[in-house]
Amino acid sequence: MSERDRGTKGDILLDMKNVVIDGFSDERWHEIIKGIDLTLRRGEVLGLIGESGAGKSTLGLAAMGFVRPGCRLTSGEIHFDGMELRSMPERHKQKLWGTRIAYVAQSAAAAFNPAHKLIDQTIEIALRNGQTSEKEAQADAIDLYRAMQLPDPENIGFRFPHQVSGGQLQRAMTAMAMASRPDLIIFDEPTTALDVTTQVNVLAAMRDAVERFNTAAIYITHDLAVVAQMADRIKVLRYGVEMEEAETRKMLTAPENEYTKSLWSVRSIYKEPQTSDDNIIEINGVDAAYGKGENVLHDVNIKIPRGKTVAIVGESGSGKSTMARVVTGLLPQNRGEVLFNGEKLPPRLKDRSKEQLRKIQMIYQMADTAMNPRQTIKDIIGRPLEFYFGHKGADQEAKVLELLEMIELDESFMDRLPEELSGGQKQRVCIARALAANPELIICDEVTSALDQIVQEGILQLLLKLQTDIGVSYIFITHDIATVQAISDEIVVMLQGKVVEQGLKSEIMEPPYPEYTQLLLSSVPEMDPDWLTELLKAREGV
Amino acid sequence: MNVKVFGLGKAFSFHPREICDLKQEGQLHPIVRTILQRLLLGLFTLFVVSVIIFSSIELLPGDFGEAVLGQAATEDTVAAFRRELGLDQPAYMRYANWIGGVVQGDFGTSFSGRSSSGVDRSRAVVDLIAPRLKNTLFLASMTALIAVPLALFLGVTAALYRNSIYDRIVNVFTLTTIATPEFFVAYILILLFASLNPWFPSLANINENMAFGEKLYKTALPSLTLTLVIVAHMMRMTRAAIINLLASPYIEMARLKGVSASKIILFHALPNAWAPIATVIAFNLAYLVVGVVIVEAVFIYPGVGQLLVDAVRTRDMPVVQAATLFFAATYIVLNLIADIIGIITNPRLLHPR
Amino acid sequence: MSEEKQTYSAAGEVSMVRLRRSRLQRMWIDLKKAPPTAIFGMLIVSIYGFVALFAPLIAPYGEAEIFAQSYASWSAEHWLGTDQIGRDFFSRLIYGARNTIGIALATTFLSFLIGGGFGLMAAITQNWIDQVLSMVVNVLMAIPGLIFALMLLAIFGSSTWGLIIIIAVLDSTRVFRLTRAVSLNVVVMDYVEAAKLRGEKLGWIMGREILPNILPPLVAEFGLRFSFVFLTIASLSFLGVGIQPPTADWGSMVKENASLIQFAKYDLKGAITPLIPAAAIALLTVSVNFVVDWFLHKTSGLKE
Repeated sequence: MSERDRGTKGDILLDMKNVVIDGFSDERWHEIIKGIDLTLRRGEVLGLIGESGAGKSTLGLAAMGFVRPGCRLTSGEIHFDGMELRSMPERHKQKLWGTRIAYVAQSAAAAFNPAHKLIDQTIEIALRNGQTSEKEAQADAIDLYRAMQLPDPENIGFRFPHQVSGGQLQRAMTAMAMASRPDLIIFDEPTTALDVTTQVNVLAAMRDAVERFNTAAIYITHDLAVVAQMADRIKVLRYGVEMEEAETRKMLTAPENEYTKSLWSVRSIYKEPQTSDDNIIEINGVDAAYGKGENVLHDVNIKIPRGKTVAIVGESGSGKSTMARVVTGLLPQNRGEVLFNGEKLPPRLKDRSKEQLRKIQMIYQMADTAMNPRQTIKDIIGRPLEFYFGHKGADQEAKVLELLEMIELDESFMDRLPEELSGGQKQRVCIARALAANPELIICDEVTSALDQIVQEGILQLLLKLQTDIGVSYIFITHDIATVQAISDEIVVMLQGKVVEQGLKSEIMEPPYPEYTQLLLSSVPEMDPDWLTELLKAREGV
Repeated sequence: MNVKVFGLGKAFSFHPREICDLKQEGQLHPIVRTILQRLLLGLFTLFVVSVIIFSSIELLPGDFGEAVLGQAATEDTVAAFRRELGLDQPAYMRYANWIGGVVQGDFGTSFSGRSSSGVDRSRAVVDLIAPRLKNTLFLASMTALIAVPLALFLGVTAALYRNSIYDRIVNVFTLTTIATPEFFVAYILILLFASLNPWFPSLANINENMAFGEKLYKTALPSLTLTLVIVAHMMRMTRAAIINLLASPYIEMARLKGVSASKIILFHALPNAWAPIATVIAFNLAYLVVGVVIVEAVFIYPGVGQLLVDAVRTRDMPVVQAATLFFAATYIVLNLIADIIGIITNPRLLHPR
Repeated sequence: MSEEKQTYSAAGEVSMVRLRRSRLQRMWIDLKKAPPTAIFGMLIVSIYGFVALFAPLIAPYGEAEIFAQSYASWSAEHWLGTDQIGRDFFSRLIYGARNTIGIALATTFLSFLIGGGFGLMAAITQNWIDQVLSMVVNVLMAIPGLIFALMLLAIFGSSTWGLIIIIAVLDSTRVFRLTRAVSLNVVVMDYVEAAKLRGEKLGWIMGREILPNILPPLVAEFGLRFSFVFLTIASLSFLGVGIQPPTADWGSMVKENASLIQFAKYDLKGAITPLIPAAAIALLTVSVNFVVDWFLHKTSGLKE
């Protein structure tokens, strides 16, 4: 590796001025980045945060002088270490990319070429310059794998991408970015696809690498707690406009912009946990499997107290969604029983009575796919009214209006199609559809995880209000601990198809924890910038 | 310490340990298993297709004996004819006999040349088909030799320069060609290059005694027709496949790593392109085999397609069966080969977990 | 930095709100934005439709009316001359539009009825019915369509209805595959699951939840299948085993008069005559393809 003059820490490395980027959709150009300035000094990490559609990835790529096909850079300047990237021809930029500016993609599984071994892809750029031999480059890559705490660093590089797990791939991709010791790395949501327990290790490895090589970085994410661990400064984007930029600690303690404040307002809701001995659902000793496959649920026992909210938490593959499918009858259990109001529920959907179906309703994660795009809101909410209660015509219309008011929408929504609603409004309509059946239990499957933070709060408050008003019980499936804090009475922790523990929120969230709950809860990033450091210290101490 | 298999570059380099994996104790390597599965499926399809083709004779109306032999046929001659076809035996026996014959190259005798008097001047189907088979394969391979490289070249370049003027012109041209019946293309070529300017013959009546050069000259217009049609189809499919491939996140990643355009194509796209390209080629060669039927009819080319069409008109079932089996088998085998190429170039199967 | 007050109200949430327009208005806007190729295509398709519908009114002579002179050249009396047995070529061209398009349309409809119905059924049931149907289709598709059609025509003979049924059945395999594939995409949607959980009957789920959502790709496919069927029938007629005389149709008109092309040096107009029906076929299929291309682009673009 040739030693380049790295300059002094604190020199300006990247300077973007008034960048405007258009995207092509709906047969015309729209501005997706509306004039943003960005400055980054050597060795500094800037967190770029915003919700989906904020333009943060587009801006991150623009920092490399790259725009995706279907987008165009219409104005502004991008200076990298004194060079103007916007007017630079592609072949010159190619010399910078991979050597002085590197990129870490969101999905490493898709961004690694399936046809080549990891190490060949890692050293590709180092070999291109012809200054190192293949042996040296490989040795360096192995060192980097070790630095990224990959298991078996000597050999892991000789595997193909599909032979390595997602968390390991993400670390290998950071190693690949580090291979040329770049001045700047763009991290584009590198941990979004990972489970929280994996995320911790990846974050630690990335932060360590950035610090060790004194690399400047732009860290793109929608998770404020994650960015707090990584960044020196944070810039908040919304719809392509900068909302606020500040030093991390200042941003966390004293945000100025209203929108920035709202970003973590969800964490201000807190429900006092209560329980009841009257259970609406009892799941006793349930085993379940898909098709003829192996059991994915093993002897699951859960009780849902009437009028309360039980949050089911666990990582992907823990069986929490499968459990919901058993309760709804979509997946009949192989063993055990589900009692509803003390009566056995027939395992199969088609054996259940209309009344039983009516009393258990479901709300989905993706409101987009939960509503038929060809039906109007009136049809969507009206159908259960007609189906269960025979409400038709003006009668039905009046009821739909009543329900719309309950979810804080108005008459003007009646004749709209789902595509004409925003994400939060869609989810509200789904809630109204569930309410139309006048249910006793609503299963909420990750209902807020696809929504923007500010909208999440509104939905959670609505659900809480409805519970107080009509006494409905919720099963709340989620992986987001903040949401659990906000809304649940009881918590069920699941791991690999088994229930680890069930209890009142106040009990579960306090020590002593079972080992897995401890791991899960401690892995959830907190807003405190020192959280990761302290966690790692604590874990080493154990 | 890597062993490289020529031609497919890095996709085919093995780590020594993986070669040992090919024969794990008693267990088949997934790639071998997948290929075997695919081969079995191909065989099964061939079997079912042969049953369908065989039963075509069963579906003929009851009095077809008279239709073949003529109105004046006596009961005796009809009965003898039916016996010859084995219609007095159960169907599965007849299938066994038929397929047994087919495997040995015996497709029975043609219906034509028979008469009501019982005098049988019919010829063996094999004798009818064999020389024409050669001719059809000659025409098809001449076309494929030009069309495949040309289409791949046009398709890849159109994909690389997509939305350019070049891409648009090629696009409109191919769309037009695809939507045009083969015989229209053929007649326009005849009009231009045989009739108005007598450069090439409009009749492609080749025979075995001709020299290779003369054969080529005679088949110029038929293969040009087929080439135009095939190139249009194939180029569009290649373009779509390449565009799809270039949209992969790992290609964007390679760009962002500063890999040059040529390296991206060679090192990142090509190893993943074998499967889609093989599919495109197989599909179009299969299409070529069908297109041959019409082109042969236009140019009165003595091939299997022409024979099939004549046999259909005269309802000469043994010939129809043999020709159909030939076309169907070609089609199935081509698709089989494409799938197997797809399997052996799939890194997930090549290097299992 | 924007300082607007962010007071939150659910109804006032504005992110991706589209302008409210009726369906007709939207169609009109789409139409105005259509590229020239699509407009050209639509124009040609409507002209063909008009000619096909009103053939007897437009054609100067009857479909099978025979005049004394065969192979007459172009004249005021016979605009495109007469054919090999003395029928007015122009009139037959017009009747040919009616016959060829009519038969192709009937075939495509039948093909969609069969393929669409089974495809939807397979996607929804996803049990042994699906497996059996998919296997049958795989085997049918292992034989090239035109070859299979030729074999079946050899067995059943070339009556118009026989032709329609044979081509429709063979072509329905592709419709089946597409319908099954797009339905499978819709069947996994949460709103279908929601309907199942509500306890809706199969008919309601098929007709109200799935069908409206698979319609756009099926409409596009209808155009493509139509051109394909149209070409197949024309090819079969050209080979002499399709639509049978004296019915006028474009494929056989090419075949019957093809020998004129040999004499292009002496009579160019005469040589072009047999190419006119072939060009008519090409023009229609090209036009349909243009329209479908635009439609596909438009409907898939909306999803992004």
